[in-house]
Amino acid sequence: MSTAQDRRKAPAGERVADWADGRLGIYSLAKANMRKIFPDHWSFMLGEICLYSFIIIILTGVYLTLFFHPSMNEVEYHGSYVPLQGQLMSEAFASTLDISFDVRGGLLIRQIHHWAAIIFLAGMFVHMMRVFFTGAFRKPREINWLFGFLLFVLGMFTGFTGYSLPDDLLSGTGVRFTQGAILSMPIVGTYISMFLFGGEFPGTDFVARFYSIHILLLPGIMLGLVVGHLILVFYHKHTQFAGPGRTNKNVVGMPLLPVYMAKAGGFFFLVFGVISAIAGIATVNPIWVLGPYRPDQVSTGAQPDWYMGFAEGLVRAMPGWEINFWGHTLVLGVFIPLVLFGLFLGIIALYPFIESWVTGDKREHHILDRPRNAPTRTAFGVAWVTGYMIMLIGGGNDIVATHFHLSINAVTWFVRIGFFAGPVIAFIITKRICLGLQRRDREKVLHGRETGIIKRLPHGEFIEVHEPLSQEQMYTLTAHEQYQPAEIGPTVDENGVERKVTGSEKLRAKLSESYYGEGAQIPKPTAEEYREITSGHGHH
Amino acid sequence: MKKLSARRRHPLAAVVVLLLALLFSGGLYAVFAPTSKAEADETAQSLTIEEGKKLYSVGCASCHGTGGQGTSDGPSLVGVGAAAVDFQVGTGRMPAATSQGPQVPKKKNIYSQAEIDQLAAYIASLGAGPAIPTEEQYGPQGADIAKGGELFRTNCAQCHNFTGKGGALTHGKYAPDLEGVSPKHIYEAMETGPQNMPSFPDTTLSEENKKDIIAYLDAVNSSKSESPGGLELGGLGPVSEGLFGWIFGLGGLIAVAVWVAARTAKAKKS
Amino acid sequence: MSSQEIPEENLPAEQSEQTAGHDEHGHGALSPKDEHPFADPGLPPHEHRIQDVDERAAKRSERSVALMFTVSMLATIAFIAAFVAIPVDRSVYIFPLGHISALNFALGMTLGIALFCIGAGAVHWARTLMSDVEIADERHPIEAEPEVREKVFADFKQGAKESALGRRKLIRNTMFGALTLVPLSGVVLLRDLGPLPEEKLRHTLWSRGKLLVNMNTNEPLRPSDVAVGSLTFAKPEGLEEHDHEFQNEIAKAALMIVRIQPENIKDKRELEWSHEGIVAYSKICTHVGCPISLYEQQTHHVLCPCHQSTFDLSDGARVIFGPAGHALPQLRIGVNDEGYLEALGDFEEPVGPAFWERG
Repeated sequence: MSTAQDRRKAPAGERVADWADGRLGIYSLAKANMRKIFPDHWSFMLGEICLYSFIIIILTGVYLTLFFHPSMNEVEYHGSYVPLQGQLMSEAFASTLDISFDVRGGLLIRQIHHWAAIIFLAGMFVHMMRVFFTGAFRKPREINWLFGFLLFVLGMFTGFTGYSLPDDLLSGTGVRFTQGAILSMPIVGTYISMFLFGGEFPGTDFVARFYSIHILLLPGIMLGLVVGHLILVFYHKHTQFAGPGRTNKNVVGMPLLPVYMAKAGGFFFLVFGVISAIAGIATVNPIWVLGPYRPDQVSTGAQPDWYMGFAEGLVRAMPGWEINFWGHTLVLGVFIPLVLFGLFLGIIALYPFIESWVTGDKREHHILDRPRNAPTRTAFGVAWVTGYMIMLIGGGNDIVATHFHLSINAVTWFVRIGFFAGPVIAFIITKRICLGLQRRDREKVLHGRETGIIKRLPHGEFIEVHEPLSQEQMYTLTAHEQYQPAEIGPTVDENGVERKVTGSEKLRAKLSESYYGEGAQIPKPTAEEYREITSGHGHH
Repeated sequence: MKKLSARRRHPLAAVVVLLLALLFSGGLYAVFAPTSKAEADETAQSLTIEEGKKLYSVGCASCHGTGGQGTSDGPSLVGVGAAAVDFQVGTGRMPAATSQGPQVPKKKNIYSQAEIDQLAAYIASLGAGPAIPTEEQYGPQGADIAKGGELFRTNCAQCHNFTGKGGALTHGKYAPDLEGVSPKHIYEAMETGPQNMPSFPDTTLSEENKKDIIAYLDAVNSSKSESPGGLELGGLGPVSEGLFGWIFGLGGLIAVAVWVAARTAKAKKS
Repeated sequence: MSSQEIPEENLPAEQSEQTAGHDEHGHGALSPKDEHPFADPGLPPHEHRIQDVDERAAKRSERSVALMFTVSMLATIAFIAAFVAIPVDRSVYIFPLGHISALNFALGMTLGIALFCIGAGAVHWARTLMSDVEIADERHPIEAEPEVREKVFADFKQGAKESALGRRKLIRNTMFGALTLVPLSGVVLLRDLGPLPEEKLRHTLWSRGKLLVNMNTNEPLRPSDVAVGSLTFAKPEGLEEHDHEFQNEIAKAALMIVRIQPENIKDKRELEWSHEGIVAYSKICTHVGCPISLYEQQTHHVLCPCHQSTFDLSDGARVIFGPAGHALPQLRIGVNDEGYLEALGDFEEPVGPAFWERG
């Protein structure tokens, strides 16, 4: 405690800080966080790419609202873009043209906004995959995984509603698809469609409604989730890869102040700078060549932005099943892809809970797995990504067909078969690769690194000289844990009473066996094995 | 009369008669020449058709039949008109290497314009069809670009994409990119409907409409077309934008992230 | 089965056990190799960077950082200059970008450089001049100590007891009732978002006697206008682009007209509903409603550009590929006294995407 006299002498900055601390208690917050440690790894910055592009989207989005008119009133265009002179269009489309051609810098901000959205979603996808393949979703981070997943899904829909706002021919086609998909929902479809569009499609309401969803509802929820996500990242402290001195009970890296303040703060400017430059050199969503939306016009190559391409692929690959009964129609050709879309995304969201149920592990995990050391998880992840990517190809099947001189029907059939076969093949191959890499790690630890030097022994035999690994390397390669398959516990308790083995118990034992049983992982070298080999090393 | 007869022997008489004779024959020529020119033209036209027929029998008859009646390898050409010939041969689609394959692609034209005209004349002589359009019909004068854009989006964009970059059709067929296709050929294609493209005859898409469409295409899909936002990325829409965003956007940012997180070079241990 | 029942031996050894002997703060600490060959050797000793030992290198770094910040300032000034100086409609040719907006390019590049240089300067500063000694921070378990847990549960029980919620069931039940009902007002308020579907999706503007008006010329069509192999789009007579309801009506009424040699029409009803081989089909795809019109005049197939549903227009527009579930509706047409093509009624089934009540 300083006396009043001291305080008068204190520099202005300190006095301001004291003032704030007396009201906000910032010192205890700062004590915990100012020298917070962040480990250095490029893949830990993927989340920052997302965070920063989100901030950029909000900044540029606010600017765009100053000029955009979310109205479907019909106007005749008389702005500066010649090929649309005198055309009838909605005010939304006309004001987007004005932003692009008459507001100085408007085009740049529009393009930054759209490029940032594409990169935001791509960043979230890669960030999510990084977390998945390194096992960073394990306890205590399952909730943060769900937050991140929700951000990805909400980001998709925020992007989609934003893409629909200019009311151009391409986005209108996308909205029409949405309406058709809503109609396919049994029982409630027509009602939801009428309520969403204020009557029949397209009506005069959806731009204004999508607008409030796009700029208020969804971003509001996302902002809350982002804040929660970040608080949890701070609270849990960052994960780290195994290495000398890095344990499950510490975190090794650089302090927030000053290094990460400069690195993370600087990275914001780097991200913003790169996206600005991209917006200066590459066009995105040139609505002026697409033209205003009319429900009787269409352009080939009608695709949504990439993050909806997976859903588009599901819809394109689906056969046209439709069931008619008792005066009702079940539109399976649209409804099944709709359901699959939710299931396919949902399974990756729930994976952490499935894995923790199979392992039965209740401990905290702060050391990341190398993907090879969790072969089943890695194989599952690669299978999921394969399915996703095949559907992405399906979403662009017409572009694939024209650019590789293929038949669009053949591409569609490839996607139909690939969606089922691709993940299975990917699973098998990935698991084998992981086991191969595990085997190589084991060899390396036990026999050392291959130096590429061939030596001839006195009796004429040629051998390659192996150089023993350093202790750091050996520690790193053996730091991972290996589970044993869970077995169904004793079926007879201590009193000799037989208990029933439940189905879920059996399923779990089976899953556990496939995760960690024989052939599902290569036992890592033990100290005894190592000693045995090194002691006999001279005989080589 | 006596006077006249007396002057008949005038030394200049012969000159006058000669002059008169010249005048007369000149007048005669003047009167009758058009007729004989028409006759000559007719002869020239039949010569053209004759030449066209020769070219036809060498380059086309094996598939389309000796009289243009068509075979199993190629459709009948009776009544397709000169415009169709000018389009098919002028864009190099005809003669095709094979009738197999989903679609006959555009390739280098091997005929001179004079030869194409001869072929066209021959085919036109087999049956009436659309004639080769004149520059007045497809030229840019007086065209309404905005109207052309609207017409393009109604009639053409569904296959050729919003700025005419082309797109996929069923079983390996495709609508080609329209960049660099001459206005005359675009006009002829609308008029005649080559291969699987439907035709848009003047009765449903007027001459004026066609002119507008050509002017619109010239504005949005030519080497001079403006792309205010920057790189056009093929003008294909979200697929190429997504690829660009992943590779150069996210890829570039990851490269930057690698630099940010990488270890700084250490001083050499001495 | 809860995972608590898993025998402990199935779980791998705690990592800390394996790494026993390593110093928690462990800079350069080495555990005796004899004990465990793979034991954690601890954090490697810090190695100096060039900048840490060579003041000239540090100075160079300082200058580069300052240079980047300076470039950023210059770029911002250039941004403002470009904003003021370059007209918004100036086009410029830049290889390989093409004919692009000069202003957009100039603003994007200057803003990009201005921002990037701030970031690059800050990161370079952090990487070369700030301390790069790695620090280990301890983690603490997130779960509370058992005593804390006990206290929380005790407090909760006390609070619950004092509220008497469990004892006074009437209060509890009525409160839950009220809380369940009150959100209903919010649901009810959403009712006026739109009208009920009723029969709206079943009818279009077409009716008996309405002329087929060419979209391009805005003139009614005669049979002689429609050539074999041609493609024409039509709207119902009386519907104009300026009309308030144009978008909603054209979304259902848009028509695609082709002419097929009558002997090539395979479907009997299609032939009956046509006029001399002129057939009129809905342009709206029965899958999700895209305007389908990629007509191949030799095969008579029409393809949807959105999801590749393919219909055979010479065979009742039945689906031959893709996700559409039923054929395109056909409009029955004829010719009126003045020789114009006219509709002989509305579509007999709803046009566009299928829905639950379609039947």
